[in-house]
Amino acid sequence: MITPKPPLQIGLYQNGGHRPLGGGREYDLTRKLLDKGYAVSVIRSDSQIGKIREGAWLLLGCFGKEGPLPSVGNGNGAKLYFRDIDGLETSQILEAVEQVRGETELPDPGGWKPWFPVIDYNRCTNCMQCLSFCLFDVYGVHEDKIQVQNESNCKTDCPACSRVCPEVAILFPKYKSGPINGDVVRQEDIQREAMKVDISALLGGDLYGSLRQRQTEARQRFSTERDESRALLERKKCLRKLKKDFDIPDEVLMSLPSAGDIQERAERAKAKLAARQERSQTVRDTRPAPTEDDWGI
Amino acid sequence: MTQAVKILYCRCAYAKVIAPEVKDEVLQRLTQSGVPFEAVPDLCEMSARRDPALKRLAAEDGIKITACYPRAVRWLFSAAQAPLPKDTVDILNMRVDSAAAIAGRLVQEHSKGEESS
Repeated sequence: MITPKPPLQIGLYQNGGHRPLGGGREYDLTRKLLDKGYAVSVIRSDSQIGKIREGAWLLLGCFGKEGPLPSVGNGNGAKLYFRDIDGLETSQILEAVEQVRGETELPDPGGWKPWFPVIDYNRCTNCMQCLSFCLFDVYGVHEDKIQVQNESNCKTDCPACSRVCPEVAILFPKYKSGPINGDVVRQEDIQREAMKVDISALLGGDLYGSLRQRQTEARQRFSTERDESRALLERKKCLRKLKKDFDIPDEVLMSLPSAGDIQERAERAKAKLAARQERSQTVRDTRPAPTEDDWGI
Repeated sequence: MTQAVKILYCRCAYAKVIAPEVKDEVLQRLTQSGVPFEAVPDLCEMSARRDPALKRLAAEDGIKITACYPRAVRWLFSAAQAPLPKDTVDILNMRVDSAAAIAGRLVQEHSKGEESS
């Protein structure tokens, strides 16, 4: 998971009595703060400040002689900082924000393009294909339920796991097209995705099974005289097909684990699946047999 | 942040999936309208960070969110353990709708709410 520490939040105090910034300046400043990664609350009343509940907040405003809102108490655990921005240019305000952030030692906002899968649990059937497919440990299981656990492990612009999901249940909100971007899932999408998902048609078996089989065949074929370059060509051919059919960026293909790592991972996934099946079998076995009452007879 | 803030604007700052002219115009109209609102750089980033602010925002009765596809927004909140209520949230899509339509709906609805309260 990404670091849970929230960054400095900005309150742009625009209450009438405190000489608000004009609409044009308010827009310019808000836009620039957002683009630097700061969340901005445009505050129009003192009561809003009193209700701030969490985190560190920097309140920017034209407070004048009244000072930085001394009458405003906050007993909700939030830490408030005030800066008078009267007469300051936008660039100077941005400098003041950075200065306060430095003082608070809060993390620099931004710096990571948030690209990761989001599961639509209305569609997900917990089949775990995504868990088995993803080579970068983005997915995990908690209480037998598939979850996205390591968002930052996901490879930017790679939507491959959403392609293998048979239920079109995996979204990438920043993807270019639907339904992966969160657009409504239509019947034709399900049919189209299912065609792409058909790994059997694509590789003659499941992905890892296919790679294992290819590796075994290669070993048998070249057991007396190994031909590494031919095996490499075979792997490249397979990867090119993956790139084309799953829209996988070059960068991801370049960082794929070795065939040995993939095989090891497939074995681990298989063992996990077997353990899960055994557990669910045990649960079924320990349930008492249904009686006539249970069946309403 | 408060019970009064019922508009949430997502800038989608780290990607180019929302047309800049749409997100700029929506923001401009919001700042000119005089209504309180919260603007966040990127809901995806907040969701990945499990930002506690998402829980607070999800609890706002009648919140209007202007971001991207409603299905994506709902599951982003859900992923951060902050599920949105089914019926009392309005999600406007800047990837599809025009800035004028979105801003009009945000500001107009807010004004109606102010009048009735």
